[in-house]
Amino acid sequence: MSNSLTSSVLTRGNVSRVGSSGGTGDVTFGRGGGGWGGDGTGGAEGIPQRVYVTGMAVAICGMAMFFAAMVSASIVRQGLGAADWRPLEIPPVLWLNTAILLASSFSLARAGRLQLAGDEPGFRHWWNVTTILGALFLAGQVIAWRELATARLYVATSPTAGFFYVFTGAHGLHLAGGIVALMVAGSRRARWMKRETVTRVAALYWHFLTGLWVFLLLFFLWERYS
Amino acid sequence: MSAGSAVSAAPESARRAIPTSLEAPTGFVRRYIFSTDHKVVGLQYFFLSLTAVLIGVVLSLLMRFHLVWPTAHLPFVRGGIMTPEQYLALVTLHGTIMVFFVLTTAPQNGFGNYFLPLQIGAPEMAFPRLNSISFWLTFAAFLCLLATCIVPGGGPISGWTAYPPLSGLGEVTGPGEGIGQTVWIVSILIFCAGSLLSSVNFIATIIDLRAPGMTLGRMPLTVWAWFVTAISILLAFGVLLAGGVLLLLDRSAGTNFFLPAGLVVSGQVQAHAGGSPLLWQHLFWFFGHPEVYIAILPGMGVVSQVLATFSRKPVFGYRAMAGSLCAIGLLGFVVWGHHMFVSGMSPYSGLTFSLLTMSIGVPSAIKTFNWLGTLWGGRIRFRSPMLFAMGFVSFFVTGGLSGIFLGQPALDSTLHATYYVVAHFHIVMGVAAIFGIFAATHYWFPKMFGRVMDETLAKLHFWLTFAGAYCIFMPLHFVGIAGGVRRYADFTGVDYLTALLPLHRFVTFAAFATGAAQIIFLYNFFHSLRSGAQAPMNPWDATTLEWTTSSPPPIDNFGGKLPRVYRGPYEYSVPGATVDFLPQNLAIEESRDVQ
Amino acid sequence: MLAPVMTHSRNSVRGSAGPAVLLALLLLILVGVTVVLFASHAYSPPSPITAEGRLTDQQYGRTLWVAGVIFILAQLALAYAALRFRDRGRPARFIRGNNALEVVWTLATVVLFVGLSVMGRRAWADARLGAAPADAVQIEVTTTQFVYTFRYPGPDGKFGRLDPNLVSASTGNPLGLDPNDAAGKDDIVVPVLTVPANRPVELLIRSQDVVHNFFVRELRLQQDAVPGMVIPVNFTADRVGRYEIVCTQLCGQGHNTMRSFLNVVPEPEYESFLKQQAVGQ
Repeated sequence: MSNSLTSSVLTRGNVSRVGSSGGTGDVTFGRGGGGWGGDGTGGAEGIPQRVYVTGMAVAICGMAMFFAAMVSASIVRQGLGAADWRPLEIPPVLWLNTAILLASSFSLARAGRLQLAGDEPGFRHWWNVTTILGALFLAGQVIAWRELATARLYVATSPTAGFFYVFTGAHGLHLAGGIVALMVAGSRRARWMKRETVTRVAALYWHFLTGLWVFLLLFFLWERYS
Repeated sequence: MSAGSAVSAAPESARRAIPTSLEAPTGFVRRYIFSTDHKVVGLQYFFLSLTAVLIGVVLSLLMRFHLVWPTAHLPFVRGGIMTPEQYLALVTLHGTIMVFFVLTTAPQNGFGNYFLPLQIGAPEMAFPRLNSISFWLTFAAFLCLLATCIVPGGGPISGWTAYPPLSGLGEVTGPGEGIGQTVWIVSILIFCAGSLLSSVNFIATIIDLRAPGMTLGRMPLTVWAWFVTAISILLAFGVLLAGGVLLLLDRSAGTNFFLPAGLVVSGQVQAHAGGSPLLWQHLFWFFGHPEVYIAILPGMGVVSQVLATFSRKPVFGYRAMAGSLCAIGLLGFVVWGHHMFVSGMSPYSGLTFSLLTMSIGVPSAIKTFNWLGTLWGGRIRFRSPMLFAMGFVSFFVTGGLSGIFLGQPALDSTLHATYYVVAHFHIVMGVAAIFGIFAATHYWFPKMFGRVMDETLAKLHFWLTFAGAYCIFMPLHFVGIAGGVRRYADFTGVDYLTALLPLHRFVTFAAFATGAAQIIFLYNFFHSLRSGAQAPMNPWDATTLEWTTSSPPPIDNFGGKLPRVYRGPYEYSVPGATVDFLPQNLAIEESRDVQ
Repeated sequence: MLAPVMTHSRNSVRGSAGPAVLLALLLLILVGVTVVLFASHAYSPPSPITAEGRLTDQQYGRTLWVAGVIFILAQLALAYAALRFRDRGRPARFIRGNNALEVVWTLATVVLFVGLSVMGRRAWADARLGAAPADAVQIEVTTTQFVYTFRYPGPDGKFGRLDPNLVSASTGNPLGLDPNDAAGKDDIVVPVLTVPANRPVELLIRSQDVVHNFFVRELRLQQDAVPGMVIPVNFTADRVGRYEIVCTQLCGQGHNTMRSFLNVVPEPEYESFLKQQAVGQ
């Protein structure tokens, strides 16, 4: 029972009009570079590339809230003044691990610059260096855990130890995921993200984790010495 | 026209063609199981919620039955008569299912997934694969939760709020507190993961995938609601995740985040020391309060949409409505302490949280005034979506007003943990938010399924539910005022509680009657699904973009041609136009033809 | 000159007043029944026995007035809108909003709600922010699954040391009193709370296992008992009587069986109660 006036009114906005002022507003399938969007920035799904960056930035906010909750829980726990609060000595290997992680951020940034400059082998090299440094960092974290265990500090031994394991465990899990992502992204052609976008998204995540680690280290120091 | 109409949503250079990969997938698995089509994922969430709400309602009817006939013999209960721990397990499961798998799922992930891309003129969500993963995580969480019913020891009895030490020490504190509580926590953690992923999808989609011309100021209020809700989910669920991890460690790794020293449970001294039960409460309610706004905001968006459509008027005060959604979302994060007035938290904090809590009543009131303003001077058609939307307004007013009692610590000192609180949150969440879901279902059923629901049955269902829900929950205010304590399996131990049994009997009868009335909805829904009349493209003569495509929409939403947006979302009864609605994609030049 | 607005809608229910009338009727009944029930105080708690309790009731009354008026106006406005603005064939008024109105009702709501909150501060502050007077009767309240135990310091005015390892309800030491602590020798441990009327009483609320609660309706007071904390509340009861104490914080499968009594007795009776208990030790 569709009134012809109504239906023509309603369909008008969708009709691609020759010479219309709509510009790229009404884009019909098949127009432009290979059917992927008028300017070629469309990804495999025609989705604008920047959405992946937005998505990662948003996800980082969510992850940050998780760590923020843990940090505030730790501060509260400390503030309770309970007898079992014993300051935790920072395992010495953490300093080395921090240096490794910072270096990995630099190597990833380097990789990104080389990619933009068109230097594909150079990009690959520094991308792989980042992956290796990340793996080294995780190995170092395991060593840190071993150092604590040697000192008979387990997750339940004291609240500071407990939080330390939780923080480093959660951060390490996120970083492990990042390493897997770097390896997968480095070896396969991403079907839906352009190479530069993959790098940008990976960089966002990785630098977040580096920054988070530096923050956590400073937080451990603050708890130890305040 | 709305200001900012000159600003395009996304740079033209980022505009894109309809993707080739959005060809209809073949095979049952790709089409219905691991689908990347947001419409299928939306329906998956919707039907998951439908299953959950049916279970949740049955649980509540069992609870209501037991409260009035505590010694009745029930054939399906182990031992014949329901024990207090079985009752409390029902309480816990009911709350968890309803809050998480119904109210956090259907309004946002159900309808939001289906209609967000349609309403913003996008062919799909930003991350279709992630969308499917989010759903299956939620489904896994649901199975995990149901598993608590069958694990040794039974389901947890600590309520959906799971306060330690009751929930933190294991089996020693009570039945169901062993494996059941652990599995419950795992279910919640999985749910958190699914929700967080889904919220990332929503936010990125709204920021980056709006059609040309769809500025923020032209987004339907449903989209605004999904946006604010997704941000709230993003910022709140991470905190629940953290709390849940710490609780799990306390239970299984011997840590002491929430467990203080000197605990003696059933004569056994516990080895824990130094933790704080209040720390859990802070973490939980920091999540828990935004959670209730997560449950209601999408419904508010739907109500605004439906009221405008069926009054044939723009939403009154669109900017105020969008702004108040944002204000509620924001303020929702700073009021959690009103759940903890008598918890042992500093009484000074109580004063601060009280002030902030009363402040959040302001944007809620603004929304109510604007809804009434939308109706005012309208040309109201009382179709079933409209009835549910108006019912939402009524229940939201009632439930919101009981909130201003609870938001004052002096009054909360008497009303905390009584049936007054139960009445309050059921009216806003268990009725108003559900009415939002009903309104959305009736409104969008033609679009989702290409068929029309039976209007007579829908109206009958509405009247019975409207009257029934008030009959259930209004009396509970009085139970609470008289001091009726919640989460009691049995009232026969306390004199003044026994005196309130007649009220409870009335409530139980009303609950069963209203529960029965829902069969009308179920029949209408499923019967119309199979043999309802064919739905036209735009049965309600509505203006938003989902009504410009077929019912149901094609796989890429708009049949190869993405819309361009020229006007705001609620251009109804525009003076000078010959039709009383101007769709958002109707260009200005063309609209002149209709004037 | 505006062209007439035509509607192509198939959905016009012109002339169908049924739903409008029914909705308005239901809303009217809702308002009527609610007002009657609240106004008749049919389900009030018993009257309070403390000054702060009376302040609380006054604040409740103020809030009820504000909430009640808003409730009535809003529900009736909805009913009125349904009746008055149902589709009668005339076009709807095209109104985008009214900024002045927005400002007015926003300010009004702020004033009302914040005002209520500010007015309610006194009742809360009086009850919670002041320390108990130095001469207050101190009584410790210990909650466990699913029993209240009350402890008086005895004539020496000092509470004895408690040791969780000594807790043994079956051998008569439910609190774990340390027998080596002289201060605890005269402590009175009882299952029912007896207090003198018209004297400040300070309750030190604690828990042995999980979070419990101490609630007496007539005091208009409840307080969670949190293990690891000792939370003081104080009150002055001014009416003799026997009042039920219940637990409102879910504490396990016996939550609904946890119950005791608050006995407010005249001063002489309180003294003799203390003497009797001392003799019994």
